[in-house]
Amino acid sequence: MNELAIRVEDLGKQYTIGTSPERYQTFRDSIAGSIAAPFRRIRDLANSYGDGSQKPITGSDHIWALRHVSFDIHKGQVIGVIGRNGAGKSTLLKILSRITEPTEGQAEIHGRVGSLLEVGTGFHPELTGRENIYLNGAILGMKRSEIDQKFDEIVAFSEVEKFIDTPVKRYSSGMYLRLAFAVAAHLEPEILVVDEVLAVGDAEFQRKCLGKMSSVAQEGRTVLFVSHNMSAILRLTHETLVLEKGELIMRSQSPKAVEHYLSSGYAQLGERLWTRDEIPPNAHPFYPQAVRVRDSHGRVVDTLRSTEPITLEIEYRLEAPITGLRVGVYLMTTRGEFVFTSFDTDDQEQYEQHSFRQAGKYISRCHIPSDFLNEGRYILGINASTYKIRRYFQDEQALIFTIDSTGAPGMQWIESRLGPVRPRLDWKIEVNQPITSDMSSSMEN
Amino acid sequence: MSQPTVTQKPQDEVIYLRPSKGWTALKLGDIWRYRELIYFLIWRDIKVRYKQTALGAAWAIIQPFFTMVVFTIFFGRLAGIPSDGVPYPIFSYTGLLPWGLFTKGLSDAGRAMVANRAMITKVYFPRLVIPIASVLSGLVDFLIAFVILIGMIFYYNYIPGEHEPINITPAILTLPLFILLALITSLGVGLWLSALNVKYRDINYILPFLTQFWLFVTPIAYPASMVPEQWRWLYALNPMTGVVEGFRWAILGTGAGPSLMLAVSSTIAVLSLITGLFYFRRMERTFADMV
Repeated sequence: MNELAIRVEDLGKQYTIGTSPERYQTFRDSIAGSIAAPFRRIRDLANSYGDGSQKPITGSDHIWALRHVSFDIHKGQVIGVIGRNGAGKSTLLKILSRITEPTEGQAEIHGRVGSLLEVGTGFHPELTGRENIYLNGAILGMKRSEIDQKFDEIVAFSEVEKFIDTPVKRYSSGMYLRLAFAVAAHLEPEILVVDEVLAVGDAEFQRKCLGKMSSVAQEGRTVLFVSHNMSAILRLTHETLVLEKGELIMRSQSPKAVEHYLSSGYAQLGERLWTRDEIPPNAHPFYPQAVRVRDSHGRVVDTLRSTEPITLEIEYRLEAPITGLRVGVYLMTTRGEFVFTSFDTDDQEQYEQHSFRQAGKYISRCHIPSDFLNEGRYILGINASTYKIRRYFQDEQALIFTIDSTGAPGMQWIESRLGPVRPRLDWKIEVNQPITSDMSSSMEN
Repeated sequence: MSQPTVTQKPQDEVIYLRPSKGWTALKLGDIWRYRELIYFLIWRDIKVRYKQTALGAAWAIIQPFFTMVVFTIFFGRLAGIPSDGVPYPIFSYTGLLPWGLFTKGLSDAGRAMVANRAMITKVYFPRLVIPIASVLSGLVDFLIAFVILIGMIFYYNYIPGEHEPINITPAILTLPLFILLALITSLGVGLWLSALNVKYRDINYILPFLTQFWLFVTPIAYPASMVPEQWRWLYALNPMTGVVEGFRWAILGTGAGPSLMLAVSSTIAVLSLITGLFYFRRMERTFADMV
């Protein structure tokens, strides 16, 4: 199984950003441009270009979404791709699935590529489930005979048999997703390129998707899989590529790559600060200032003991009042399992008191009790939102910290304990009937 | 001993993804491979077109029919424009049929790339499939409206009047060629507009103006014979002139039939298609980034 499936050599993609004239050009600009064109062309000729290609342009309006990326993937390999938003993951997938062209370098693809950058591409709300299966299948590159053959399987997988002749605009969002994924899951290309499609839907649906993905992987097909879900990456892939700012910074066994990704770039000292330009404009009026982890003495540290209580605090500023705001945390292990999610207004009393918040500075603080977390590394995420209305800000990987289990229950045995929590449970051992091996002593009673 | 493999595993197709330069090949074979997608897109357009409308497919008839009524009253009666010896309603309706096919294809194709943005940015397929499907899906409306024309011919042939009855001649067999010519013109211009629309949204504003303007330079409300002889070649540079005149000749037997005018129109139509295809292919590489 050492045949080549994908070879990427020095691949790069440049985008034009901001208010540059490349986007939404109007005729006026273009006419003005074409008057200047002959002069430009003369200059270009002198510079020996002028072949009409998208030549790399230098300047602040242009960014490299991807640059100098090279790697090989062999047939049957299942490769993860991770990186922060804007690291170039989606651009890489778009080039490999032929949606957009690279600006430089090249990629070589051996075999039919199926790309799943989104589920339900081309679904039409007015058409029925049945009709959309055919339409979507055709868009994804399936033949009609192929769809005919798999139709029953697709419907069974989607669990929408009863509504198959109902327009999908009447579907619940869950049904819609199930149907969309069902079609995509029955695509059988030699190389499958998958973007964050598993990040949607409920837990049950996600489990089903992951199951399907791992069976695809086991069939010996080549899979390139982008996700923010580290547990999915760890479960499905053998090797992972880590992208950062458009460059490939690491390729290694998935657990190592995930650990590297999760621990790089986080504030090491138990504190994460935000500067104004790091906060997306749609967060307004919520501006996070800092997230901190404090030990029982109130010190900001990045290694805490399992046996002492931990304080988590989120400092933020509101530049306008918000009604119904909740600020909270996610805690996840570096293996990708969630430990808990908690909000500052979970408590009924807090909810009534702080549901409406004036503009101003705030700190939301909570305590994790002692003897709660197991040893290991934890990722703290934060979220500020109003229920079902709006998410102001979210950073799922705001901070990383380490728990040391010295003194924790069970430390007399040197072994690692499964599970993210290590509670000191109140064990009682009841002795009901002592059995002795000495028969004669029992005879005496 | 292991089972010998009888079937030779076919050599995988290797695709190279590189920055492309200048004008590129049309790759019509790719379009052929995706013919089922064209079919499904046409089928989607037709299924969806008249959903949730009270009158449904009747719209395909209402539009040309009422235009014909208005033309008949104002141009036929009040302005007294000649109609090559056939009843004016039939004369104008015969022109409106290919005209509807042309403008519908043109404006649908022109808007198609932007309308199908979600697909273009998420899945690969030859982009040409989209405007081709848009133009072809107009054929259904055309066929529905065509039924009315047959009805009108029967009606005028049965009521005695000052008009000669309309005799269907073997020329009718050439009708598919004129339909094809209308489709070629529509696709040719539509390709230019759809590729331009990705970059310049001005096309959305140009489209209604363009079709209105084009209507007046096409012999629909009036016969081409009104144009002075020495200017006909110029007039024929509008490919729709050849299409509309050809339609009337094939169905009603008016006009001169295949002539220099038709040759000029056909040449322009084919040229617009070829240049449109190449221009579209050239612009295609940036569609997903710009749409």
